[in-house]
Amino acid sequence: MSPWVVGFSVFIVYPMVSSLYFSFTRYDLLSEPVFVGLENYRFMFTQDPNFWQSVRNTLWMVGVGVSLRIVFGVVTATVLTWPRRGAKVYRTIFFLPTMAPPVAAAVAFVFVLNPRIGPVNQLLGALGMEHPPLWFYSPGSAKWGLVLLGLWGVGDAMIIFLAGLLDVPRQLYEAAEIEGAGPWQRFRFVTLPMISPVIFFNLVMGVISGFQYFTQAYVASVATSGNRVATQALGYPQGSMLFYSVYLYQQGFTYFRMGYASAMAWVLFLITMACTALIFRTSARWVHYGGALR
Amino acid sequence: MARELPTGGVAAGVVPRPLPPGVRRRRFLQAVANHTVLVALSAMFLMPFVFVVLTALMTDRQALSAAIWPRPFRWSNFLEVFRAIDLVRYTWNTVQVAVGATVGVVVSCVPVAYALSRLRWRGRQAAFVVVLSTLMLPFQVTVVPLYIIFVRFGWIPSLKPLIVPMFFGDAFSIFLLRQFFLTIPEELTDAARVDGASELQIMTRVVVPLAKPAIAAVALFQFLYSWNDLFAPLLFVGGDPNLWTLSIGLAQFRTMTQVDWNLMMAASVLFMLPVIVLFFLAQRVFVEGVTLTGVKG
Repeated sequence: MSPWVVGFSVFIVYPMVSSLYFSFTRYDLLSEPVFVGLENYRFMFTQDPNFWQSVRNTLWMVGVGVSLRIVFGVVTATVLTWPRRGAKVYRTIFFLPTMAPPVAAAVAFVFVLNPRIGPVNQLLGALGMEHPPLWFYSPGSAKWGLVLLGLWGVGDAMIIFLAGLLDVPRQLYEAAEIEGAGPWQRFRFVTLPMISPVIFFNLVMGVISGFQYFTQAYVASVATSGNRVATQALGYPQGSMLFYSVYLYQQGFTYFRMGYASAMAWVLFLITMACTALIFRTSARWVHYGGALR
Repeated sequence: MARELPTGGVAAGVVPRPLPPGVRRRRFLQAVANHTVLVALSAMFLMPFVFVVLTALMTDRQALSAAIWPRPFRWSNFLEVFRAIDLVRYTWNTVQVAVGATVGVVVSCVPVAYALSRLRWRGRQAAFVVVLSTLMLPFQVTVVPLYIIFVRFGWIPSLKPLIVPMFFGDAFSIFLLRQFFLTIPEELTDAARVDGASELQIMTRVVVPLAKPAIAAVALFQFLYSWNDLFAPLLFVGGDPNLWTLSIGLAQFRTMTQVDWNLMMAASVLFMLPVIVLFFLAQRVFVEGVTLTGVKG
């Protein structure tokens, strides 16, 4: 127990307390921190357009990205329950992209979605689309590129859904069928309630990690902008990939505004807590425990 | 009941009777439709890999064209990429971090999980809640002071900030191990206790051997996490290219070379390969581990 207590104090408790303190200071690492009261928070909320842009981008990504990943995760997991033969092979293939390191996956998508030479737009062009999206090169579609990247790596959520689906007792489906329920009704009134705890779990994890979205956005910006200095490429194109954590990284570790970065981190923490609490609050209404799930 | 055997299941001991041709044909068509969907989805999931590998084998001019099939196959790209960026060094750094962090997590988390699941002590429940709540804490909240601590220690830039903290426990791993330890029957540990085994002996001789799958999953997750991570390495060693991990090296590829798509893809392939191989070797551990965290969590 004791190494953990030491680690917990040194690497969690002390940093938490001091980062709260730093959030009320101006601090550039070179000189001592200067206490400025609520100045960082005031500037953040009232004067910093980049902060609000990063908030909007992040909320968009959490809203669209996380929900589409859940839908696609349920769909792919459902499809995986169909076959009698070859189920394992399909499962492995569906899961494989999840294993690709995020940096490598993002680099791969920067190529695959390249407007000129990437296979996706070549296919869209061949299908007769006259102006296929510019993906990571245009602020309007860059985030959709990231959404596709997230759907490609849906495997981690999918595997959990699959385990949930396979745990649904067969008798429930048979009973529903005898009552005359069609495939959609069986899905809506048997499957969905039965896997709602798993959806809940994936939703909470997705929201928490969604607010910390960093790697893929960083790589996509740096690899498309062509800027020689990586930190100047952040958010490319036109701030559309400036996510909360990316902006925090930029403020803290390229401009060394440690006080401001700490304030941003605390706001992030509070938003995450609030969203998680909200999901937990509403969960009583849509999450059904106590089937034969465990 | 209209149908005796709803989904074509054959009850044990009953001689299977041939199905009427209509049912058989419908079932066949259904299977064809199912597999069509599955194959189409498989193609979608595999497509990016295929294009990455194909492009990695092209000449640089061909990679910039609309060509899809490499002609000729330039296997030498995989050597070329070692000249373009310092891949050997990045790999060595990544291996050090991943192995170090994995050893650290296993060594430090097993005892804590044991204490949280098998020992009775005051505050055990409270300690578990604390562990759980640190799972929720964004790394960003602690990262600034951590950075400052590591600067004071003289650890920046070095690989130490990526390895040493892991020897002091990790909330996610503790949580996963504890969940698994709880499934080990109390009678086994009690029996060992009656026989006069110390807690240390019970842990190393009874619990650890039984918990091998969970420990393997924790080790695997930590290895992959450290192998893949970009944020922490960027902060702690981003300033010193000699200490870059593969993640940083690949993320910065565009800033170091011309637009060499073929080499960039070759580097991606080399970065993905060990992880994919690891996945095929340890697929069961992996899938069981993911399920353990998800369904029982």
